[in-house]
Amino acid sequence: MITSALIVLGGLGIIFGIGLAIASRIFHVDVDPKIEKIEECLPGANCGACGYAGCSQYAESIVKDNEEIDLCAPGGDEVIAKIAKIMGKKAGKKEPQIALIKCQSGGNDNTKFKYKNKGIKSCQAAMELDGGHNVCEYGCLGFNDCVDACHFYAIEVDENNMRYVDPEKCTGCGNCVEACPKDLIELIPISKKVNILCMSHDKGGVAKKSCGNETACIGCSICAKKCPVDAISMEDKLAVIDYSKCVVCGICAEACPTGAIVDKIEKRPQPIIKEDDCIGCTICAKKCPVEAIEGEVKKPHKIDEEKCIKCGICLDVCPKDAIVPKEE
Amino acid sequence: MEISNLFFIIISAIFINNFVLVRFLGLCPYIGVSKKLDSALGMGMAVIFVMTMASVFTWLINHFFLSPETGIFGYDLTFLRTIAFILSIAVLVQFVEMVIRKSAPELYKALGIYLPLITTNCAVLGVSILNITENYNFIEAIVNGISSGLGFTLVLLLMAGIRERLERAEVPKALQGMPIAFIVAGCMALAFLGFSGLKF
Repeated sequence: MITSALIVLGGLGIIFGIGLAIASRIFHVDVDPKIEKIEECLPGANCGACGYAGCSQYAESIVKDNEEIDLCAPGGDEVIAKIAKIMGKKAGKKEPQIALIKCQSGGNDNTKFKYKNKGIKSCQAAMELDGGHNVCEYGCLGFNDCVDACHFYAIEVDENNMRYVDPEKCTGCGNCVEACPKDLIELIPISKKVNILCMSHDKGGVAKKSCGNETACIGCSICAKKCPVDAISMEDKLAVIDYSKCVVCGICAEACPTGAIVDKIEKRPQPIIKEDDCIGCTICAKKCPVEAIEGEVKKPHKIDEEKCIKCGICLDVCPKDAIVPKEE
Repeated sequence: MEISNLFFIIISAIFINNFVLVRFLGLCPYIGVSKKLDSALGMGMAVIFVMTMASVFTWLINHFFLSPETGIFGYDLTFLRTIAFILSIAVLVQFVEMVIRKSAPELYKALGIYLPLITTNCAVLGVSILNITENYNFIEAIVNGISSGLGFTLVLLLMAGIRERLERAEVPKALQGMPIAFIVAGCMALAFLGFSGLKF
């Protein structure tokens, strides 16, 4: 009986072992070593900012589907450079993104309420009670779902219960974007500091009346007409900035009659061209969105201060650093 | 007779003798993977699959090797049952994982990490051993395997649904997280105890 027990268990073990060994040969799946290497580089937070379920899925699609290598927001340039080395691609520097909360209402003193909500302190839950307690059906509910969703403590709440994104801490992972039931949060390039902070599609009068802060977009389209680069379009009574076109000149913020557009850059210096340094390469003239720079090839250029919108693009593009802010 | 017998096995495995809430087997995945509905569904599918396969496989091993009446050795080797079953379930899951990975990558992604997780789950071993102690024949064993898996999936989905709502509820601080999950699990077990009065 002991021998048969040995035979049964030993036999089963041997058969299974050999069977598995053979099966692992037959059903062998080649895993690209690059995938493993990339996975080691990624932060491993599985935050989902890249649009994949986790770091390993993203690594796989980089290798197999030729996915972009710059999607990892938490990893930043460092990780992009590492992946680029593995994949033999060039690492383009990607401008970091930051979350933008597109509502200026939402504090304790600047929101108009339909009713008093003493229920669960969650925007998601508040949504289910007649779309929330705000008069403005597009506005911020103020229960801080976005704050809870942020892994990096980048959304701060002041004493008036208003939310601010800390640009130092925000990694642009997009968790708050998903958490906001009113879809008020958008990821924008960090340098785009002129923003429309309203999501109301209501008609002008209604929008203005329902906004507790009186800074609603009333859909007047003045900004769209004033924009020198046609970056603003009207979408169902709401102005929307196309950040790929926006040059951050701030003209729209000045033109907006309600203050729905906010310009976070305090002062823009007037650029001037130092004639001694200018080699007349015409790059600045080509890049100027409003054609305020004139001059012939290989001769010093001039900026027409009447036309100039002080966007500062020429300052960045000049290869000789001949364009400087005017000193006042 | 045969059909009504199978029907009784199905109802019994899903409700009356539910693996999680009445037999208290497979509690680890029940608490661990019930945080989100979609991962609970993935786990449930994997459990149904493995339980069915394990029922088939272990019944055959018991019938042809271990049982004194029908085994090829003629000895009573039933004392080897646990170790032989664990061995064969582990091998089976490994093998199935390899096959799925090669032939159906999509399914492999869906079942993903859950397959190896349940290799050594007590619920899977439990269903195999119960098949033998209840003297089920081959068909009955398969049906019992499938419906035990169904019962597990049902309870797991119920639990996941409740816990998704619990996330939003205002739970007293001392009970937040696991404690409230255990209390809910206890309440569900009490509710399932009500099925034990069912007679056919």
